Amino acid sequence: MREEGRGKGEEGEPGNQTVRALSVPPFPLPSSPVPAIRMDGIDKSFGAIRANRGASLEVLPGEIHALVGENGAGKSTLMRILGGLMKPDAGHVEVNGRDVTGWSTSEAIAAGIGIVHQHFMLVPTLSVAENLVLGAEPKSRGIVLDYKRAADDVRTLSNETGLVIAPERLISDLSVGEAQRVEILKVLFRGARILVLDEPTAVLSPPEVRELWTVLRRLRDKGDTIVLITHRLDEVVEISSTISVMRAGQTVARVKTSETTPGEIARLMVGREVSLSAGKRVQPSGRSAAPPPDQGLEVLNLSVMGSRGTRVIDNISFSVKPGEIFGIAGVEGNGQTELIEALAGLRAIFAGEILIDGTDISRSSVAQRHDAGLSHIPEDRHRRGLILEYTVANNLILGVQKDFSKRGIIDKTLVMENALREITSFDIRPPNALLAARALSGGNQQKVVVAREMGRTFSVLLASQPTRGVDVGAIEFIHQQLLEARAEGKAILLVSAELNEVLALSDRVAVMYRGKFAVVMPSSEASEEVLGEYMIGTKKGNAA
Amino acid sequence: MNPISFGTQMIRIAVPYLFAASGGVVAERAGIVSLTLEGFMLSGAFAAVLGTNYSGSPWVGVLCGILGGLIFSLIHAVATIRYRADQVVVGVAINLLAIGVTRFFLKLFFASSSNSPRVAGFGGNINAAGFDNPLLWLGLIVAPVMAFVIYKTPFGLRVRAVGEHPDAAESVGVSVKRVRYAAVALSGMLAALGGVYLALDQHQFTDQMTAGRGFIAISAVIFGRWDPIRAALACLLFAAAETLQIQLQGSHAIPSQFIEMIPYALVIIALAGVVGRAVPPAALGKVEA
Repeated sequence: MREEGRGKGEEGEPGNQTVRALSVPPFPLPSSPVPAIRMDGIDKSFGAIRANRGASLEVLPGEIHALVGENGAGKSTLMRILGGLMKPDAGHVEVNGRDVTGWSTSEAIAAGIGIVHQHFMLVPTLSVAENLVLGAEPKSRGIVLDYKRAADDVRTLSNETGLVIAPERLISDLSVGEAQRVEILKVLFRGARILVLDEPTAVLSPPEVRELWTVLRRLRDKGDTIVLITHRLDEVVEISSTISVMRAGQTVARVKTSETTPGEIARLMVGREVSLSAGKRVQPSGRSAAPPPDQGLEVLNLSVMGSRGTRVIDNISFSVKPGEIFGIAGVEGNGQTELIEALAGLRAIFAGEILIDGTDISRSSVAQRHDAGLSHIPEDRHRRGLILEYTVANNLILGVQKDFSKRGIIDKTLVMENALREITSFDIRPPNALLAARALSGGNQQKVVVAREMGRTFSVLLASQPTRGVDVGAIEFIHQQLLEARAEGKAILLVSAELNEVLALSDRVAVMYRGKFAVVMPSSEASEEVLGEYMIGTKKGNAA
Repeated sequence: MNPISFGTQMIRIAVPYLFAASGGVVAERAGIVSLTLEGFMLSGAFAAVLGTNYSGSPWVGVLCGILGGLIFSLIHAVATIRYRADQVVVGVAINLLAIGVTRFFLKLFFASSSNSPRVAGFGGNINAAGFDNPLLWLGLIVAPVMAFVIYKTPFGLRVRAVGEHPDAAESVGVSVKRVRYAAVALSGMLAALGGVYLALDQHQFTDQMTAGRGFIAISAVIFGRWDPIRAALACLLFAAAETLQIQLQGSHAIPSQFIEMIPYALVIIALAGVVGRAVPPAALGKVEA
């Protein structure tokens, strides 16, 4: 709900009108079968923000239907309305031909709607079986929860669907892929025949994604209807048969997958042409000679302890030279977060050395590391990148406020000048320096962070998930910024869960697996398939 | 020191803690902070004395006491669940309200600002250590019963889910509000029984007679890491410390204030992570958006 609430910035764009004209194509009316889902004229506002305005969706039974759109386009809101988690302000919802507008969660579940949420709706302290039966618990002797029957039911369903998982395991012990398996089992357990999956692949490794596709195809062949919310266009093309595109709260197109291209979908999503591959268009500028050997980032035998007393980073060494992007791929939770935190000074290191341009900063404070030339785009902009209640202008000087102060007092003129400059050069929308950061869309919030971290003087940049939850247009822009910084001779360490992002931007890539580099290779030799093997540990590589 | 007299005294001291801590566990597992136990106990104690005084039957007093705790817990529930008020702030207010309300009615019904007249109670025989008191037996089994409820029943499963991940519970059609209302009401009634026991054991109500026992109980909940059995063991431990203090009185071997500190010192140690990590229910005290 909150994610969707940030669609505000897009409303005033002039481009809107033209696209609306282009895209109010008459939706092909369903001929014979009654649609499994039919949503029409859906309006939903949260305060001043209109998450849905006249949105529509039509899904035929037994198809895999992709619902695509940028962050804040209103996809999740539409699905929450379908699932009964919220009621529309206007419009109609029909499921299998029955008007169900404004129904409740339990009614939706009873009618066979199952929503697999982007953020897992699993109770981490409970077992798989407990999570599955929650809300529909089998009982014996009237009041006692029948754990044996619950576990048996889970096993039966596991065997039927091929989604195998031990019922007694705790959710907190599961991998992300396993947890998602439980999520899908959970909705099937409640008899769902219409499955909605919200960004299901965001946290999965390529092999896990393939496994998910197999499961979804099997369910479809069984006659289930599947709605897939995603912004990854390659997935859309691979798995769906029909695509609905949403933008700024409206449904702007509904097309057959076989009759469209990723480029066209991207254009419909954003409302203008976008380049899909970042590409290393910008060449390192006039830097013929190799840089001095001790420049850039140097990490020697680094080990970091995790909260449970295990080594989450296990004796890693690498270097990032000026003018180089070194990309780290890997399934989340293999130590990437801890590595970045250790480098940024947010987590104590256990052993090893970190050098910036030859200066040992292993024990330095965050501020000292900044002064040594380190800049950091954190992976979680809400937790670490921004103070959401602060204005854009103030967020743009976080950590560098000294440069905008005179005798310990912040000079507002300087702050505003800086804000206006960054807002222009980073195209932060809406262009209002005094707006609270909270009011911006995710993409524009990220631009604020990137603008600040790349606007300061630095020689080494840690870019952690720089485009997470950011719309296609902003992704393109941020990629361009990273490439330009590279061309200026900055050393950039890029960590991303998006494999294609790592591949497109990096000069060299490493795959992190259980706190070590499974492999380090030039990105020209890498591919998603090769890296995928290392990501899940089936292949062990050249790097210790 | 006579071990039998030590044991019986310890159990009599422990019973109010056992009731209140069991109530605290269930409310906190559902995600509602139980700073209110003190207030629930006090209101239960007063209502029990009131009921016993007018009916002559301690059993009527027990029912009145439960009702008193229920009323206060529902005030707490409405404020925190329906109106999403801060649970700590409301909790403090509930405790102050209970002091004020009981004092007011003490004056109104019994024309006294310090204590009620003597009322009937259960088994007054001190030498038999009050073991003919049915509430005492109830107090000894309340923790295992609550452990069963929390771990073995659908209601318990929902309580645990709601306290850890309310959105997940809501997404499968479990009404978070309803579960929390039920858990807070149950905690109010259980904690009230602690107060009822206290008042009927002393055959009267005295102003602020719970004297911080609700806070000891909440300490036991935390020390017991939100598990009914471990919380009950913590109650027994705290009661043992208190008994020790009483029995050592006059010996001046250890200043009694040090022994009084034991429960609180243990809680600080527990929260500091010395005895395993104390991980509270994830949604505890959080106001839903």
